[in-house]
Amino acid sequence: MTLYKGYEMVIGLEVHVELKTKTKIFCSCPTTFGAEPNTQCCPVCMGYPGTLPVLNKRVVEYAVKAGLATNCTIANYSKQDRKNYFYPDLPKAYRISQYDLPLCEHGWLDVETEEGSKRIGITRIHIEEDAGKLVHDEKHGTMIDCNRCGVPLIEIVSEPDIRSAEEAKAYLQKLRAIILYTGVSDCKMQEGSLRCDVNLSVRKAGETKFGIRTEMKNLNSFQFIVKAIEYEYKRQVDAIEAGEAIVQETRRFDPATGKTYTMRSKENANDYRYFPDPDLPPIELTDAAIKALGAEIPELPDVRKKAYMEKYGLTAYDGEVLTSDKAMADYFEAAAATTAHPKLAANLLISEFMRLIEGESFACPVSAAHLGELATLVGDDVINSSTAKKLIKDMFETDASPKALVAERGLAQINDEVLLGKLVAEAVAASPKSVADYKKGKLAAAKSIVGIVMGKTAGKGNPVIINRLLEAELAKY
Amino acid sequence: MSDLLKLGLAEAAELLAARKVSSAELTKAYIASIEKNEPRVGAYISTDARRALDMAIAVDRRLAAGETLSPLAGIPAGIKDNICTKGVATTCASKMLESYIPPYDAHVIERLFDAGFVMLGKLNMDEFAMGSTTENSAMKKTRNPLDLTRVPGGSSGGSAAAVAAYEAAYTLGSDTGGSIRQPAAFCGVVGMKPTYGTVSRYGLVAFASSLDQIGPLTHTVRDNALVLNAIAGHDKRDATSIDRVYGDFGAEIGKGVKGIVIGIPKEFFGEGISSDVKKAVLDAAARYEKMGATLMEVSMPAIDHALAAYYVISSAEASSNLARFDGVRYGYRTEEFADIAELYKKSRSEGFGAEVKRRIMLGTFALSSGYYDAYYKKALQVRALVRADYDRVLEQCDVILSPVAPTVAYKLGEKSQNPLEMYMGDAYSVPVNVAGIPALALPCGVGEGGMPVGLQLMGKPFSEALLYRVGAALEDDMGGKQA
Repeated sequence: MTLYKGYEMVIGLEVHVELKTKTKIFCSCPTTFGAEPNTQCCPVCMGYPGTLPVLNKRVVEYAVKAGLATNCTIANYSKQDRKNYFYPDLPKAYRISQYDLPLCEHGWLDVETEEGSKRIGITRIHIEEDAGKLVHDEKHGTMIDCNRCGVPLIEIVSEPDIRSAEEAKAYLQKLRAIILYTGVSDCKMQEGSLRCDVNLSVRKAGETKFGIRTEMKNLNSFQFIVKAIEYEYKRQVDAIEAGEAIVQETRRFDPATGKTYTMRSKENANDYRYFPDPDLPPIELTDAAIKALGAEIPELPDVRKKAYMEKYGLTAYDGEVLTSDKAMADYFEAAAATTAHPKLAANLLISEFMRLIEGESFACPVSAAHLGELATLVGDDVINSSTAKKLIKDMFETDASPKALVAERGLAQINDEVLLGKLVAEAVAASPKSVADYKKGKLAAAKSIVGIVMGKTAGKGNPVIINRLLEAELAKY
Repeated sequence: MSDLLKLGLAEAAELLAARKVSSAELTKAYIASIEKNEPRVGAYISTDARRALDMAIAVDRRLAAGETLSPLAGIPAGIKDNICTKGVATTCASKMLESYIPPYDAHVIERLFDAGFVMLGKLNMDEFAMGSTTENSAMKKTRNPLDLTRVPGGSSGGSAAAVAAYEAAYTLGSDTGGSIRQPAAFCGVVGMKPTYGTVSRYGLVAFASSLDQIGPLTHTVRDNALVLNAIAGHDKRDATSIDRVYGDFGAEIGKGVKGIVIGIPKEFFGEGISSDVKKAVLDAAARYEKMGATLMEVSMPAIDHALAAYYVISSAEASSNLARFDGVRYGYRTEEFADIAELYKKSRSEGFGAEVKRRIMLGTFALSSGYYDAYYKKALQVRALVRADYDRVLEQCDVILSPVAPTVAYKLGEKSQNPLEMYMGDAYSVPVNVAGIPALALPCGVGEGGMPVGLQLMGKPFSEALLYRVGAALEDDMGGKQA
């Protein structure tokens, strides 16, 4: 990790994930995203006088699953508290959340970065209700859409264990992957079903005390998170170096400028006056109930990753990438089952397919069987890798069978040693300068000769055979 | 006065079932009584004679069609104005909700509709149920029907006055710290604060959620049990509603008190009690002894701290519960404002009365960072001690007897300038809410100025049937209906 002016960054993340229960946390309104404003609300979620909240049991079940999947201890006894503050998107003027007795605590997850594997602690996961949405309009001013009021959320708070933007990104990707596996949220950042607040401070490398932190709220893409972290890190270091004090405050990241700006300082911060919500009895869970929920969680990414490393000889990093999205891992496994060359399938998927796949969640126009077929063609020396790359483009357009394409276009690799030997001999004879360079020790000079042979075979020559024959031919000089 | 008004609920029900009297006739009698008495008493915030008659006619039709309805069917009632009624303004006696019309019915209202509901109107109260005289109403003044220079008590002052003045056959009130029992005592009627969780709070505009309970006010103990039968029961929309099957709350009435052990805690007869009240209550205790009950002096030391704990807890909860009245979505909104902060500030400053603002500030302070442990947390600890005191004493005796309030009804204006003195008047009624137990208030004699004195009978959770039995024994011994 590179340090800026000798300072390291210390990051803790607060991630809000909307749970995809059918109904809201305290009433039976639907949670569907994108409905007409104020069509999915009732007196309860709009906080009308006299209404009362009743906890949706599913919310607890989903939160417990998220907790178990992130190695948390699940509380047998937890409670819900009111977080009091005034804002027009909050109809009751308090948000029902959890304060001192959250549902899940003391978890962790392992992330892979290019610097290796690292364990990031999870302080707690608690349940709470979402607020509504303010819609600003020049003609009508500010309007309130209550559809989102009472949509269930979990807030996942990490320990301040993260030391780089890359780690922050890896943590979020891993967290997202795990939650997608458990099926409790669809984690769509663009729709706001996964939102992230970044707490960041800096300190001289080697220092054990934490610096003063700032909080950047509601960052809604991985790209913005990385940019915001990088900017804020340097801003804080430069400020300290210039002799300025860091102020504990909430800052806003502006994607247009790539900078962060003060939103409100601690002096203006709310005193939320948390207290136990008297309308809601405590949440009590038996060990048996927790265990039963654990049994419903499917195989998690780390288990799959380990299996890929052992069974297919993949690297930890590749295993992490493939399992970061359940759909991608499922796809890979389906492809791997059809070929004797699963590692090649993994490489093609990660380095070639992923460049062509866009969007937050994995969806590939090429069938898994065709990826397997392509890996087999390469692995069995039927085609070389540059031919494979050319085929992938067509496969993405029509999901054509690569085997059929090879036959149709005569793209099969030329493995005929007699033919290749003749072409190599001709090329060597025609390149006296390269031969002389090679003999002087410039081994790279051989590459241009390989290029000539490849050109003659229209790119279809087997590079391994060509290289071997060329080495033998050059030895004659 | 029309004889129809003098009917007990059970008698009226019998006549209605036998088709000897129609609900419309009964309702007309009450409408006439309201027209006559209301100018002096002022129990109602709103009445609607037309709607009441329509409701009565609807019940008459159901009865004529041979439907078997509850004993309350067709008997006209009044509802405290903090209980939501769909399409009918529910003001909480506050300028804040002067024009607020709920889009739904409270659970108790639904239950009464099932029973055959006739609603005469919505009853006056202290604003948001905060007060002990109904003088904190932003709507109007309610006078004690027994002495128009006195308060009816509060916060359910309208509910008690309407029964006492024969302006409703029964009424519903709410009791957070004595708000049913104290006005019942001041007006000489019977009021029950049921066990917390017995009556759903769904649709009751919250004052202090962990203390609030809806309960009935009636002329007699028997009538009271009939109303509780209609409104008690589990409601899945209230997570604090207890899932339990309740029998007939009046089932034990008439069994007398032979063998019943009645605890008399000295803490309820100490400093501050007026001699007339003390005498009337102890006379009632003596009657019980004569009827075969055993009296037992008991001590409940935590009671002395219950009042302080109550004002911290109830104000803390109120500060949060009343935060939603912010001028944004419904209710009062200030005329002019520059930004959202000013909209909040002005709407709330102008929409709430002095007592409500006092409690919101008190509660906000008690929950503030740095003060929480010293006030709110401490109050919860006291609450546990108060409960433990009741648990212990109610192991030794069946019911606990005390006065409802230290004095008879105050003169109008007597206490309104001294909130602390007013709070002290709640010292005997508040511990019951803090502990969550049931308590029945019923008249037990007269005190100063010929005003009624209220007796309070407290019992274990879910002992309402026993309280009605013990209460009815005194009522019978004293010759029936007191007021």
